[in-house]
Amino acid sequence: MKRRAFVKKTALSSLAGLIGAPIVFGKKMPANYRPVTLQEPDPYQLFDLNQEMVVLNNRPWNIEAKAHLLDEDITSAEHMFIRNNGVIPKDIDVKSWTLTIDGESVQQEKTYSLAELKSKFQQYTYQVTLECGGNGRSEFDPPAKGNQWTVGAVSCAQWTGVRLRDLLEDVGVKSDAVYIGYHAIDTHLSGDPAKEPISRGVPMEKALQDETLLAFQMNGEDIPLAHGYPLRLIAGGWPASASGKWVNRLSIRDRVHDGAKMTGTSYRIPCKPVAPGEKVEDKDMCIIESMPVKSLITYPKSGAIIESGEKLNIRGHAWAGELEVSRMEYSIDFGASWNQANLDQPVNRLAWQHFSASIEFPENGYYEIWAKATDSNGNSQPMVLPGWNPKGYLNNACHRIAIKVES
Amino acid sequence: MSEQDELRKLVRAVSRLTLGVAFGASLVIAMLIYYIVDPSVSAVTQLIQEKETVVTENPDLIENGVHVRTGLIEAEGLMSVVNNCTNCHSAKLVIQNRMNTERWKSTIQWMQRTQNLWDLGDQEEVIINYLVKNYPPPKKGRRQALSDIQWYKLED
Repeated sequence: MKRRAFVKKTALSSLAGLIGAPIVFGKKMPANYRPVTLQEPDPYQLFDLNQEMVVLNNRPWNIEAKAHLLDEDITSAEHMFIRNNGVIPKDIDVKSWTLTIDGESVQQEKTYSLAELKSKFQQYTYQVTLECGGNGRSEFDPPAKGNQWTVGAVSCAQWTGVRLRDLLEDVGVKSDAVYIGYHAIDTHLSGDPAKEPISRGVPMEKALQDETLLAFQMNGEDIPLAHGYPLRLIAGGWPASASGKWVNRLSIRDRVHDGAKMTGTSYRIPCKPVAPGEKVEDKDMCIIESMPVKSLITYPKSGAIIESGEKLNIRGHAWAGELEVSRMEYSIDFGASWNQANLDQPVNRLAWQHFSASIEFPENGYYEIWAKATDSNGNSQPMVLPGWNPKGYLNNACHRIAIKVES
Repeated sequence: MSEQDELRKLVRAVSRLTLGVAFGASLVIAMLIYYIVDPSVSAVTQLIQEKETVVTENPDLIENGVHVRTGLIEAEGLMSVVNNCTNCHSAKLVIQNRMNTERWKSTIQWMQRTQNLWDLGDQEEVIINYLVKNYPPPKKGRRQALSDIQWYKLED
């Protein structure tokens, strides 16, 4: 007891020293209370986020948007989901930042400074949809392992950088090249410096696409730290984990890249459909490539009450991985009948497409608006959950919002 | 009091003042040098972190059946979970995941294989029992009803 009091007293005075002012009512402060100035970092300040963003995990940081926060045509940083496998790096020195290209299938290993990358190669800007492979995971039954994303782990920002293809041409790629694997400077949660939190990548075919970039700008500014400052691989339409953040090394592999989270069950689904809850051997799991067709109603926010006789204007975005969305429909009668919505062309390949509709309701009551996109191969979003998989990826079931019509 | 005495006093005061100023200045310079050498002021932040855990937090505090530091439910096995499962990741990740015994087992094995989780020994059973009992998987079916709807009047 005595010791405790002593600790508290000395602690209070040292706390006062740290804060730079005496804690006037310090003695009355509850034993477990942490003065606000010394509390854990506030993610909303740390990452400049809208207050309605939802924190799923604070170690590592995983934060998602809500559907109505994604109403902008181009997602701003304050509404952009944050997905981390490891610890976000700090104290980044852009002046000394380099990117090394190595691997079995590189003709000659080469290192570029950031300034060289920017000056040596032509720069391109694309709007690119990035969706977490596990977006929608929270709906799976039996529940799937991992962060329980609902609908908000998707964004479409404007990324500026150099084409990976131009870089690979400059370095020289051997004919046996199969895959590009990225390496980055984020650190493993266990603190083990020998472990990478994540090191994924894409096959050569994807690496050589026009829109596959090494980006240094997002929405016309330096990429925010949480999104990969100062250099990020952008491979749109694929699980966003293929778009490595804080990249300082790319390996041109003569085999499928086998870095962290490329193997086992990570970012993989059963090669053949399985029953919910079924055990699947690692060898029967296949890497996810293009994300499936999907859409979100971003206006109005779910829960809107409108007056009878009023028309409701809805809008949102639709995307389809590597493909384009060719048709957008909505239903107000639980999928019994579908009506066509207006659908814009994408600004460029891999950008999400905006849709809108004006809806009249036949009578007062409770309604749900369901949104269904169809891709250029004729595949539509399912109304119930798509195929169960052990890690809960690729849930592209129709988005639904609730509406009431009252007089 | 002679003039000489007064002068002596003045000299003493001035020298005291000079000494004081010099001392203050050297203190500031020393701090500046420290800051240049260690711009993150790690010694001080380390002190903050140490103080934080000692002072402001009772790591075992339970309130309303919940372990305050982690948000985990108070029940048999709680501290085994806290001590083994919240070192690398937040308890938030544990709480949002719902699995049966078999799937927790394979998750633990995966963490041991790839994430540097240690051998849990006889604690493994205690941990799994705690998780399965306190965080059972909910039945969700193929699609759940829309819930937690916050109704509001839509203004044009």
